Amino acid sequence: MSGIPHEPYEPKSGFAKWVESRLPIGSIIHSTLTIPTPKNLNWMWIWGIVLTVCLALQIVTGIALAMHYTPHVDLAFASVEKIMRDVNAGWLIRYLHMNGASLFFIAVYFHIFRSLYYGSYKAPREITWIIGILIYVAMMATAFMGYVLPWGQMSFWGATVITNLFSAIPLVGDTIVTWLWGGFSVDNPTLQRFFSLHYLLPFVIAGLVIVHIWAFHSTGNNNPTGVEVRRGSIEEAKKDTVPFWPYFVIKDLFALAVILLVFVVLVFFMPNYLGHPDNYIEANPLATPAHIVPEWYFLPFYAILRAITFDILFIDSKLGGVLAMFGAIVVLALAPWLDTSRVRSGRYRPTFKLFFWGFVANFFVLMWAGGMPAEGLVPTISLIGTIYWFAYFLVILPLLGVIETPLPQPKTIEEAFAAEQAEKSMKAGTTPVTSTEIATPAE
Amino acid sequence: MRALKTLAAASIAALLPAGAYAAGGGGDVTDVSFPFEGPLGSYDQQQVQRGFQVYNEVCSGCHGLQYVSFRSLGWDSGPGYSEEQVRAFAAMYQVPDESDEALPGDMREAEPSDNFPANDSIGAPDLSLMAKARAGFHGPVGTGLSQLVNGIGGPEYIYSLLTSYTGDDKEQAGSILYENPIMDGGWIQMAPPLYEGAVEYADGTPATESQMAKDVSAFLMWTAEPKLVERKEAGARNFVFVALLGVLLYLTNKKLWAGVKKRRAESS
Repeated sequence: MSGIPHEPYEPKSGFAKWVESRLPIGSIIHSTLTIPTPKNLNWMWIWGIVLTVCLALQIVTGIALAMHYTPHVDLAFASVEKIMRDVNAGWLIRYLHMNGASLFFIAVYFHIFRSLYYGSYKAPREITWIIGILIYVAMMATAFMGYVLPWGQMSFWGATVITNLFSAIPLVGDTIVTWLWGGFSVDNPTLQRFFSLHYLLPFVIAGLVIVHIWAFHSTGNNNPTGVEVRRGSIEEAKKDTVPFWPYFVIKDLFALAVILLVFVVLVFFMPNYLGHPDNYIEANPLATPAHIVPEWYFLPFYAILRAITFDILFIDSKLGGVLAMFGAIVVLALAPWLDTSRVRSGRYRPTFKLFFWGFVANFFVLMWAGGMPAEGLVPTISLIGTIYWFAYFLVILPLLGVIETPLPQPKTIEEAFAAEQAEKSMKAGTTPVTSTEIATPAE
Repeated sequence: MRALKTLAAASIAALLPAGAYAAGGGGDVTDVSFPFEGPLGSYDQQQVQRGFQVYNEVCSGCHGLQYVSFRSLGWDSGPGYSEEQVRAFAAMYQVPDESDEALPGDMREAEPSDNFPANDSIGAPDLSLMAKARAGFHGPVGTGLSQLVNGIGGPEYIYSLLTSYTGDDKEQAGSILYENPIMDGGWIQMAPPLYEGAVEYADGTPATESQMAKDVSAFLMWTAEPKLVERKEAGARNFVFVALLGVLLYLTNKKLWAGVKKRRAESS
């Protein structure tokens, strides 16, 4: 693997040499584990590991659930109840899977916002970013289809609303919807194909994750300063980095434990907190729920979908909403080419910071608006939020790079890291040189 | 669904009208204190048994319980009836006979391995999952986080519904509707089902309307979530384990990085 210079793998035992000359698995594992990683990564760089664990958790619990679940409109709901009552630890497996999806999205949103703030998407990491967006889209498709499987009221009506979006496509819309459904309404063929695809897509995601990791292992990690690791020699690179194992493995595991602690509270003490009560009512095509609301992680995009309540020239409001919703993801994907700033990290871009935090706040406002009935001020707020979303990528990012005066950046990661440590020990009331306290584990 | 606001609460709390997601129910749901609430709550066997008695003698006339098996009435963390009692209760119900000799439509006495029969004689909803199918609590400021302590609110919804009949009724499209502010729209087809002394409790508890409503709500929480006690016990174990693991990893991490941080600090 190319990338930051580091010591090559040298097989020691005879067996290792024998294997290495036939299949270089040892060097792949070695270079993955010892990859030089910027030593100044902060706590926002833990989400990748959390996401990997989420994917593994979802696949393992999902495979177990699939052994007991029946994808049939007459049996699906009852088979889920069977899992909850009669399968050994079935309640645990299902609640883990159900809430695992939420943890997955919490982590992915942190991960994406981190990339947006620290400019991780910028050259040379555009491909990592694009693959990441593909993973995110695949996650949304997987989560959406998974939510349909229990065949509750929200499953059914959510599926109806979302698949109907495709009917907005001019000319062929209705035909496409019939093709998606496998019939003339959401019914048994829809449920069965969603089950099949819900099982398939996670493995597609796993493949994309490998490419994602491969890509950023070639470019090296970004870091909070946005300054690249020096690559002149191994010695030089070592001043800016530490090996992934054990430094970041242990750090990430600690962070994971903290996050899992919150997850434990969610799964064991309030497992239905993020769900919708209506999904404990079996699907009934004849009774529409009062408010059809998607899961929380779709709400910002649902708000954008509903924000377009007017026709624009020959585009009617429905098609306009659908275009806006998909367009919101497209502009996100294009961020590397829309952001013109030569400074990578938001840390050194004072004006950018304001707009970035505005973008984060806007995300939550859209999330709130997506969960509310579309009445009163909600459509207006959604529209303002939608405009800001697009303006952020299409106007603010391109312009700021030209008009903003960035703050000076540190020359090297080594320098930034040392300054950070010095500042911390100042705060702790000790001087950097004699800061032995930092070195002892007990405070 | 409500949790997004957990994240956003700090920034947009002021915007949130409480009860934004009231999926079922228009009126105010009364908070009732149940023993199964909170992280360490568990079912009160006596209460669940009394609730089952109310279901068995009153509700089962119209409402099914199709996802609940008779044998689960014997589970220790729930009603905990003996094998003989479970068999006797099962025998009070008729289920479709699906043996080879049976003709379509034949019925037989239920056995412990059967589920309670579905009951759609008059179109009343199945009660198996009712306690989870109705939204209850949304506080504070619409986040619903109080559920951690107060429970999800479904049993409170059932209790409030059963005790909130105003006494008014009206005829509409050939059926009688009863006024009940808890019901979405304020009117319900179900006649007030409970009255003082509707059942005679085996354990001698006075069968007031409120007592019966409370007991049957507790029973329906159990039918909706029969593994609640196992879940919370496992939760406590897991919490302690993960917390300990977290402390150990924290100390490991601190020690591991101390060298790197010190080296940097000295060279600066």
